[in-house]
Amino acid sequence: MSDDLTKSQLGSLTYDAAPESASIAHLQPAYGLFINGEFTDPSSHQSFETLNPANETPLAHVALASHADVDRAVTAARTAYDTVWSKTSGAQRAKYLFRIARLIQERSRELAVVETLDNGKPIRESRDVDVPLAAAHFFYYAGWADKLDYAGYGVNPRPLGVAGQIIPWNFPLLMAAWKLAPALAAGNTCVLKPAETTPLSALLLAEILQQAQLPPGVVNILTGDGTSGAALVEHPDVNKIAFTGSTEVGRLIQERVASSRKHLTLELGGKGANIVFEDAPVDEMIEGIIDGIFFNQGHVCCAGSRLLVQESVADEVLRRLIRRVDQLRVGDPLDKNTDVGAINSAAQLARIQELSDFGEVEGATRYTSTCALPDRGYWFAPTVFADVSQSHRIAREEIFGPVLSVLTFRTPEEAVAKANNTNYGLACGVWSEKGSRTLWVAQRLRAGVIWANTYNKFDPTSPFGGVRESGFGREGGRHGLEAYLDV
Amino acid sequence: MSDRLDVRKTYKLLIGGAFPRSESGRSYEVTSADGAFLANAAQGSRKDVRDAVVAARGAQSAWWAQSAYNRGQVIYRLAEMAESRRDELREHVALAEGVKAKDAKATVARSIDRIVWYAGWTDKIAQILGSSNPVAGPYFNFSVPVPSGVVGVIADQDSSLEAFVDSVLAPIAVGNSVVVLASERRPTPSILVSEMTATADFPRGVVNVLTGFTGELAPTLAGHEDVDGLDLAGVDDAFGDDLAALAAGSIKRVLRPDHARETSLLRLRAFVETSTVWHTIGQ
Repeated sequence: MSDDLTKSQLGSLTYDAAPESASIAHLQPAYGLFINGEFTDPSSHQSFETLNPANETPLAHVALASHADVDRAVTAARTAYDTVWSKTSGAQRAKYLFRIARLIQERSRELAVVETLDNGKPIRESRDVDVPLAAAHFFYYAGWADKLDYAGYGVNPRPLGVAGQIIPWNFPLLMAAWKLAPALAAGNTCVLKPAETTPLSALLLAEILQQAQLPPGVVNILTGDGTSGAALVEHPDVNKIAFTGSTEVGRLIQERVASSRKHLTLELGGKGANIVFEDAPVDEMIEGIIDGIFFNQGHVCCAGSRLLVQESVADEVLRRLIRRVDQLRVGDPLDKNTDVGAINSAAQLARIQELSDFGEVEGATRYTSTCALPDRGYWFAPTVFADVSQSHRIAREEIFGPVLSVLTFRTPEEAVAKANNTNYGLACGVWSEKGSRTLWVAQRLRAGVIWANTYNKFDPTSPFGGVRESGFGREGGRHGLEAYLDV
Repeated sequence: MSDRLDVRKTYKLLIGGAFPRSESGRSYEVTSADGAFLANAAQGSRKDVRDAVVAARGAQSAWWAQSAYNRGQVIYRLAEMAESRRDELREHVALAEGVKAKDAKATVARSIDRIVWYAGWTDKIAQILGSSNPVAGPYFNFSVPVPSGVVGVIADQDSSLEAFVDSVLAPIAVGNSVVVLASERRPTPSILVSEMTATADFPRGVVNVLTGFTGELAPTLAGHEDVDGLDLAGVDDAFGDDLAALAAGSIKRVLRPDHARETSLLRLRAFVETSTVWHTIGQ
């Protein structure tokens, strides 16, 4: 009865549109490559359009970096390293980074709108998570630049030199901050390649670097596609490759640099398990599961894409979960009330569809939100699969979309065994009010990050990264410096 | 007395706490540096490598589940075993490496002291590499170093004892299990150490030592999907490149010899992962 009542009450509630203004973005019709402190034309004069995935309209033209452009950018980074940055004191580097942090804060609303337009993520997320965390990351690492002697790697640890950094499309600005801030603090110069489908916030960041008067060549930003990234990986004058993206591409990169002496860190895919014990705090747990898989449309490497529920509460959890999924507001990413935005690209949408279809073929029970989807753009309704077994593709492969696979367990040992039954090892969640059990489970999970009674939390002081095929190296915290020091 | 015939030893593999000959039945002749016959060492096979990885995987969780204090005592006991057999070690280092008795003696002393050094690390490394992280929110957030898992070691070809000790003890001290390919031409000192591990209270399978042809066995170890880390101490650059490329298949952590620095904690950091836990704080 009370459920029906709640449902009818909620059903009668609607939200008025509360759109953020797209005009705040101030986008230019075309952008060049950011090399040696200036926007320059690509040598090939080739460019491509970046789309708003929520309505498929073009946002701007961006340059396609060729092999020659990569070479120009690496040369600029090398020159800046040799002549300027390696001679800039830690205290001075710190002040540049503090400036950048402040400039991001000053232009935060504009950055949030651009991020949402280019990526499709809800403005609530880009405004409250991506942009503030990006600023916080620069602020945190700024303070390290003149304190490297105290980081635990001996006195006067040396930088590596020129860092080539390749980032994904799911958190474009935040990933740029995760890469640039520790690299610059440690004294490296950078060539950053943003993802093909989300180049715009990195180009705004280039403007911010100009405003911060960062010396030319210390950071170079090259838009382009996979060939641009491959050229960066193979450039002989790059000392370090930092890559965030799929395990498939990470494997190729590790293979490519095997015969070089390049340093490498990889932050790759995941198939995170959210483990729910019968004594879990119910409301927080349901919100945590929702946040774990539908945050950022599930385009999160550490997404809690496998839900492991203790059998005794499985039916109840599933019922409540499905009710909550139906309440998620899917639609215009610029609407401040939107929970789930657009899928980033047609290619990603096709992959999500393919794997979800496979879930049905393999016999899992599918529940898809009844929400209405916009006519244009790339959309996928939040989806939950029950009756999933460990051998199903939807339990093994990273879907990188708003699709949750639900499995059950009886004992803590079984929960750990199932959670670890993957080649990945990025993140897991544990939900229980019993602290001793939570820590017992945490000790046994093969994962780089474990959230207890929470999920998808990030902080610049907290090391993030995977074990096993989720990659190696850490971003964030003191540990994040190691990736950019010759230690 | 003088015409008493020596009782010679058969030099075997160490897999899962047992000392088998190679499952292949093969052996190869090992000579001293001046060419005299030393042993018919077991010529391990790819199957032996795979068996050793299975043993190492099975043992790793038990090893890591022991207290750091306990792991330190086990490693210290290895030093005790080595100390009591140091004359035998010296003799074999001298024969294998062709060095003077005095230099071999010094090598053995340094090697045993190095084992003691690692014994002391087991309950300190978490305090050096771990941290409590001041996140902005109601969370107790901490990071601890945890072992990568199973580490494949291709031991140095020349330094038959001292480098072997570094390559093997560093990953073990931080909680890994190891599968080691001993120096191909100078395997006997490492076989002696493998025998000592059997009386040092290591859980069976934590240390596995194979003798044989590096070129034949190393690719199997480097490409094995259930090996988490790879130390390429004993291969040249070109072969190391090939093995590092094979290791990429399962995103292994790879330690190249040119990365190694004696004075840093690099070996101890090479095969640990940072595990970070966010625990809610509330009433």
